[in-house]
Amino acid sequence: MAISQMVGASIKRREDPRLVTGTGSYVDDIPQTAVVHMHVIRSSEAHARILGIETARAKEADGVIAIFTGRDLKPEFGAPLPVTVCFVPDKKYPNHYPIAVDKVHYVGEPVAIVLASSRAAAEDAGERIEVKYESLPAVLDIEKAIEKSAPVLHEELGGNLSYDVKFASGDADAAFKEAEVTIKQRLIQQRLIPIAIETRGVLADYKTFANKLTVWSSTQIPHFVKVWLAVILGIPESNVRVVAPEVGGGFGSKIRVYPEEILTALASRRLGRPVKWIEDRNENVKATHHGRDQIWDVEIAARKDGTVLAIRPTQWLNLGGYCSQFGTFQVLGMLVAQGAYRMKAFDGRAVGVFTNTTPTDAYRGAGRPEATFLIERVMDLVARETGLDPVEVRRKNFVRAEDQPFTTLLGLTYDSGDYTITLDKALDLVDYVGFRKEQAEKRKQGKYLGIGLSTYIEICGLGPAAATEAAVGVSLWGMSVVNVHFTGKATVIIGSSPHGQGHETTYAQVASDVLGIPVEDIDVQHGDTAIGPMGMDTYGSRSTALDGNAVHISAMKVQEKARKIAAHLLEAAEGDVVYENGKAFVKGTPSKAVTIQEIAAAAFQTSRLPKGMEGGLEATTFFDPTNFVWPFGAHIAVVEVDAETGATRILRYVAVDDCGTRINPMVVDGQLHGGIAQGIGQALFEQAVYDEAGQLRSGSLVDYLVPTASDLPSFELGATVTPSPVNPLGTKGIGEAGTIASSPAIINAIVDALEPFGVKDIAMPATPQKVWQLMHRNGGTTR
Amino acid sequence: MIPASFDYVVPRTLPEAVAELVKHGQEAKVLAGGHSLIPLMKLRLSTPSFLVDIGRISNLNYIREEDGQIAIGALTSHHDIEFSDLLKNKLPLLTSAASQIGDPQVRNRGTIGGAAAHADPFGDFPACLLALDAELKVVGPRGERTIAAKDFFVDTFTSSLEPNEILREIRITTPPPGSKGTYLKFSRRSQDWAIVAVAAQVRVTGHEVTQVAVGLTGMGSRPIRASGVEQALRGKAGHDDELRKAAERAADGTDPQQDLNGSPDYRRHLARVLTRRALEQITAHH
Repeated sequence: MAISQMVGASIKRREDPRLVTGTGSYVDDIPQTAVVHMHVIRSSEAHARILGIETARAKEADGVIAIFTGRDLKPEFGAPLPVTVCFVPDKKYPNHYPIAVDKVHYVGEPVAIVLASSRAAAEDAGERIEVKYESLPAVLDIEKAIEKSAPVLHEELGGNLSYDVKFASGDADAAFKEAEVTIKQRLIQQRLIPIAIETRGVLADYKTFANKLTVWSSTQIPHFVKVWLAVILGIPESNVRVVAPEVGGGFGSKIRVYPEEILTALASRRLGRPVKWIEDRNENVKATHHGRDQIWDVEIAARKDGTVLAIRPTQWLNLGGYCSQFGTFQVLGMLVAQGAYRMKAFDGRAVGVFTNTTPTDAYRGAGRPEATFLIERVMDLVARETGLDPVEVRRKNFVRAEDQPFTTLLGLTYDSGDYTITLDKALDLVDYVGFRKEQAEKRKQGKYLGIGLSTYIEICGLGPAAATEAAVGVSLWGMSVVNVHFTGKATVIIGSSPHGQGHETTYAQVASDVLGIPVEDIDVQHGDTAIGPMGMDTYGSRSTALDGNAVHISAMKVQEKARKIAAHLLEAAEGDVVYENGKAFVKGTPSKAVTIQEIAAAAFQTSRLPKGMEGGLEATTFFDPTNFVWPFGAHIAVVEVDAETGATRILRYVAVDDCGTRINPMVVDGQLHGGIAQGIGQALFEQAVYDEAGQLRSGSLVDYLVPTASDLPSFELGATVTPSPVNPLGTKGIGEAGTIASSPAIINAIVDALEPFGVKDIAMPATPQKVWQLMHRNGGTTR
Repeated sequence: MIPASFDYVVPRTLPEAVAELVKHGQEAKVLAGGHSLIPLMKLRLSTPSFLVDIGRISNLNYIREEDGQIAIGALTSHHDIEFSDLLKNKLPLLTSAASQIGDPQVRNRGTIGGAAAHADPFGDFPACLLALDAELKVVGPRGERTIAAKDFFVDTFTSSLEPNEILREIRITTPPPGSKGTYLKFSRRSQDWAIVAVAAQVRVTGHEVTQVAVGLTGMGSRPIRASGVEQALRGKAGHDDELRKAAERAADGTDPQQDLNGSPDYRRHLARVLTRRALEQITAHH
């Protein structure tokens, strides 16, 4: 077996030199001649009937090539935009076409496209288009949308309710009867705007006589986009190629097939010229899907000793104007809301509702931040109510190491984990006991420090094909091709589609270890449907658990073939030949070895191959694991709240994460840094706000506040390593862990700081004004 | 986010620039650092058909002291103010404010003249200029005139500049020895506009507060002076309880707006807290 060298090494990311020098090639950098620029006219109304669209004056404007409305394009859609099962097979949802035809359902919905010789000309012409609307009353709020008198978005559905489903197991009524302590709490998951640094963008090039379409898109899912472009436009899938070039962040916002991907392709087909659309930030905040926007109502049954007996959560989800492709994926939050804890019963309900807002879909964590926020707040609420320490309440309820693999009430099975190890390490790092003393001292001086825990678990690695086909509607596996060239260099093709995660570096490390080929001699390719078989793309912290392991397995297959060729070259019995560190030799005589480079050359020369063996040194893998993977960890935030202004300062942030085997610890830390920052963004800063008419009030980065480096502390990271038993590398996932864990840690810390003021909860984002109001609702008195 | 089409001219002298403004009247806008105007144009909220870029007029970027006054050219960047030794010594209120504007990119491009002429009630310099009783020298077709800061800031995005006038220089009487100032800004993130900010300049001579000026950002449709605080403190010894009492009057008579970051009540509260903190900070080592 190979000597492990690269797995575990913090080598520098090979992606970075081109990215930091501005020489990476994003969609807008793809060279194309005779490009037509598309500008999308978007609805200015949240809810309205389209009475007519006057385009004549715009068509006369300089540089205009064509203008199309929904009515013009409707006949060309072979299917509406896709909607997947995602845990709710029986939901109601409307057909959603890439452009509105008769009615608009949110501000930002496409109503017309202008195609012109430049973007500026297209925008100038766009100002001359008059859309006549008949305004209808808009409804934005989940609870108002299901009132009987509410305006109905999609009349064909008979109301605004998409689904109302139960997720229950165990005898909750009995648990509540047995309870010594019951608590009711409403928790708000505010609406978030994903804000990838690179906005979306599409370049579509249709070749008329070949009937071939190439689309470059800033997407997380080139393989799925290819399928749906073929279906919706009626082009043979074999004639469609989708490329995700450099992609500047996604966070779930580029996980779906978008209207503009269809519209650019359609326009290119109509005009016979390449068509480009680059989203500007003004569009991005309303045309790219939003995240979260949920209300969680929970009832908790517990004992005085801190034992949680049952929880009864209701998850209200705001779907927005349509059901997005993975619009119900966030119901996953209900499925994993049990967290790292044992309990007797779980009585959950999820309700999805349409409103006149931008559709919601996956946003970093997608369901798991909501679940974690719920259960980690539950633990702190129980601690407060029983007067116990939040650490003790967690210990009391933890799934124990000996319970693993542990099956939850809703039937999911955790793969591994001793949740006390990350907790102990984090408590140690933060000096929990010392902090409590300091906190008591400072309170006497009128200074309010708080500490907040989040001992999360996470489901990722989507993910066993049968399970995901049943739950999500798509069989998901990992895909890789490992191809060793004549000279002993290797190309690795992966099915994941990284957009910042560093797969080019880490998967080269994986292959290098197995084959003993130097890491710099291994090229990793991705994000182009023309280079390999169907991949399942990147989202949900799945890539390394699936595609990373697929690389390992393909490399092992190649190694096995190499060993056979080596045996032939060494004139030895196959069973006597071992392969180590890029060399094959007869056991015990490493001095007489053949190198992978020699073997590779032999693989392309019939005279040197064993009789009957096919040439080449290549392997393809579709990896289907036996289970999901379940990372876990303990995050602890220490904050100080300014009693006069309500401002929260994060003094320390300690995180101990267990994501199984770490291929490149530096990349893992990078993912954690970004993830934690994003969760802190939700806890303290970010909120999409609509006015009553459905116009986005937080429609720019002046009003929608994403955290910046100067608003964050230096993160203190620790790690434990519990290899996953369900894949050969033992990897789990780390892309979303930081976001999943950090919001509740921050809110728990603020609530802890405000304990003397009798504050038990605060809604996100915990703005200074909100904190100040809570502290002063009783005239600012402390207990 | 592409501006509507416009014409653009780059005059080399102030008279040329004024002549362009006269020629194009209401259609024209003056472009300095561009950090307020360009975003408005990209959103097509502002659609001037003519831009007069004064950025290359050579003699408008300076900070110097002459005749007991500090003169700052209108094109002096926030960055140059932040790092001016002269201002650090004599007008730390301005360097303190400059260091808190936006981020380094904004501070490198943005100019004090542009910030003043834009008259954003949430901008940081206007309250400072008001507290320092600055004089603003402007040139127009009929020559030059001087406008006192208290008359310059009229309303949201409205100064008393005529459409064909250009702000040339800002003059501030050099504070006497012992006079100290600071700018305390409260915002959600470090780079944001203020929710409320306080510009304070105080001099304690012997055991008497001989000068006190407090300007407020974000407390109305223009920067305002907290005159109640000034009255309460002038002539007092500057003891902590006096500072506290005076600061309580910081929001007297103010009518701050409601927005996503703060209610009127919260803003009034912040004005009192920040005023007290500013006064305490200035008098701390006296």
